[in-house]
Amino acid sequence: MNRTNRILPVYAGDVSGAASALFELGGMVVIHDPSGCNSTYNTHDETRWYDQDSLIFITGLMERDAILGNDNKLVDDVVDAALELHPRFVALCNSPVPFISGTDFPALCKLIERRCGIPCFYVSTNGMHDYSVGASNAFVALAQRFVEPAQSREAALNILGVTPLDFHQPGAADELRAFAERAGFEVVSSWAMGSCLDELASAAKAGVNLVVSAAGLRAAKVLRERFGTPYVVGTPYASGMALKTFAVKLAEALHRSARLGDCAWPCCDARTPAPNGARCIVAEPVAAGSRAAEEELAYGLTSRVICPLETDASLTLPSDTLAYGEEELEVALSAAEVVVADALYAPVCPAVARLEPWPHLAFSGRNCYGQQTAKR
Amino acid sequence: MLRRMGPSAVRAGDAQSGALFPSKLEFNPPAHGVWNIVHVGMLVPEAHQIYVCAINCMRGVVLTAAEMGLSDRFSCVVLKEEDITRGTVEEVTLAGIVDVLHKLEAHGGLPPCVIVFPVCTHHFLGVSMSRVYSELERQFPTVDFVRAFMDPIMKRRISPDQRLRKVMFDPLPKVAADEGVVACLGSDFALDAGCELRDVLKRGGRSLVELQDCETYADYKELACAGTLLCTYPNASYGIEKLARRLGRRYVYVPSTFSYDEIRGQYHRLQEVLGTPLPDFEGEVDRCEEALESLRAKLQGVPIAIDAAAHPRPLGLARLLLEHGLLVTEVYLDAVSPEEEGELAWLREHAANVELRSIILPQMRVASREREAEVLAIGQKAAWFTGTSHFVNLVEGGGLWGFAGIRGMASLMEEAWAYKKDARDLVPRKGLGCTSCF
Repeated sequence: MNRTNRILPVYAGDVSGAASALFELGGMVVIHDPSGCNSTYNTHDETRWYDQDSLIFITGLMERDAILGNDNKLVDDVVDAALELHPRFVALCNSPVPFISGTDFPALCKLIERRCGIPCFYVSTNGMHDYSVGASNAFVALAQRFVEPAQSREAALNILGVTPLDFHQPGAADELRAFAERAGFEVVSSWAMGSCLDELASAAKAGVNLVVSAAGLRAAKVLRERFGTPYVVGTPYASGMALKTFAVKLAEALHRSARLGDCAWPCCDARTPAPNGARCIVAEPVAAGSRAAEEELAYGLTSRVICPLETDASLTLPSDTLAYGEEELEVALSAAEVVVADALYAPVCPAVARLEPWPHLAFSGRNCYGQQTAKR
Repeated sequence: MLRRMGPSAVRAGDAQSGALFPSKLEFNPPAHGVWNIVHVGMLVPEAHQIYVCAINCMRGVVLTAAEMGLSDRFSCVVLKEEDITRGTVEEVTLAGIVDVLHKLEAHGGLPPCVIVFPVCTHHFLGVSMSRVYSELERQFPTVDFVRAFMDPIMKRRISPDQRLRKVMFDPLPKVAADEGVVACLGSDFALDAGCELRDVLKRGGRSLVELQDCETYADYKELACAGTLLCTYPNASYGIEKLARRLGRRYVYVPSTFSYDEIRGQYHRLQEVLGTPLPDFEGEVDRCEEALESLRAKLQGVPIAIDAAAHPRPLGLARLLLEHGLLVTEVYLDAVSPEEEGELAWLREHAANVELRSIILPQMRVASREREAEVLAIGQKAAWFTGTSHFVNLVEGGGLWGFAGIRGMASLMEEAWAYKKDARDLVPRKGLGCTSCF
């Protein structure tokens, strides 16, 4: 039964993804859930909690309020906190019980916005999807609500899909920025580490968007639809290898897309399909595809990407494997000789396979810090 | 009406017992030493935990087990949206647990005990867990199934933590009582090694056993023999009292306290129940007074902050310290326990300006964590809120009890003032005192 994990953990959930995406933007994120959810998020999925005062709260939903539909308490509490703390926006997230009772979040957002005069929006979540879905929905909400029309510049870009859940290494967000600048681009905004809400609001100034994780893809599509901005999917995988040939291809693709207005998927197109590959990479699809492409370009290694997340099909090759849950992963890895994955995948790797740890905060949480590996 | 110094604090002089602040949005400070239900469940030797919930709810518990290095004692069944929309949660719950057990059987054998944690969703969808357990017990007759819950939405009645501290002892069988054995149950921490209660019981011909002594499931089952059950931890009182009633045992609730009179009273109750002779405790009190005088000399004028997660009696501790000339300035708590109404009354009269500060109100996210003078904090949350590196790293009382507990606290405070700790490193760690990969 693929719903059961005998020993593997689960990925961070959609609520954590949404909160992580919005963490640095000066807003207030409210998770409509009983006590406990916030602790889960800030203990395991949020590396910034101790040092940065981001306004992320839970409503502490109680049985009686859930059954009787006492949404007034939620509205009153959110308005009180917003009027006192003055966030730039308010974002509401859902969880399983309000999902069951069909709480009308868009309507609650309108009520809250009318009462406190602060932009309020709903990030579609229910606790039953993985983090990439929640972060993606948060970025989409920002792209729809806050980005203003502007004259675009060919040599300017946005980086979309940056959260510690996928880029946990200290300095990882700065490295993405440095890559873009070395490639000759001005970075208009980074969604959403190291940029403020005003910078995100000016994202239409960019001539191209760089999608560095699955979480950024749908926002890129919204910006494409609203402003015609093309996007390029891939992340400049940095393994310490000198050649960094994939990064070169990625930079070329960015320039070509900015010039011609076409979208590109180097994380898929720069590698050879390997449906029966004995070398498997289990990870978030953009990171996995980019690493596979880099290793193929630099060393001639071909890899089969195994994606354990709810992902857009365009982020993988038909020859890649989508494997949800422990059982499907065990099957997908059964013939593997080398497995590149977070170390907590070790129990489902074949005994004869060699595991190359590639830590992923969204999977192993703080456990990832003890793993020896290359950077994502 | 309370006179508030700010929306997230109240003077002791103005405070009433019960909830100190209105129910609002909640903030969770980054101090995680308090044990959660996974840590507590792992105290049952060889028990395997199975959680049935959505991934967002699963994340915290599954990674707790991973951080403990005990993933092999934890499994999960993931609920999806379609289970809710199709009404198949009950079927998936049963089939999932059965599947996990078959997999465990294939990977080294069935555990003797499985603690099952359904969640809020099961309540709201009317899932019949009794049917699930009935089928599980039919299919796996050698396994003891413990009926826990992770349902924080229901906490106005019994919290998941309180429920677990009851049901984790449900497998203990009704057996003949051994009057020579006293079991102290319910606390996450074993009684401190230097606690005088051990000697008192020993001199009275009783042996003391605790869950923390048990290495195997068979050891755990033997706890059922104890003729008398003690409980020192408020959150466990509900469960241990019910256990005593079920097994037909004597039950004595002796919460950890900082009042000499209350400790004496607890010993007199033990004497009544057990017939154990009591020593003259004046020597114990004198030693406590010496320790507190030594502490006062070292901490002259040092502001002290206490949090309710450090010890279930934060106001009692504040009172003890104030009575002995120490400067308690702030206590972090959101409600005054009924057990501390007397301490609050004392503070109102004698230390009205002590600040009672919320831990969870939203304003605490942005409250200043800088103080004019270095603070000595008792507890991780107090340490974080006051930005100090001088703190007693303690949760849930840490096994301190009796007169030795008072001296132990004084000693920990002296040590905390003498040596700095790295709060950034220590307080985000989960489950203080548990096994940890960090």
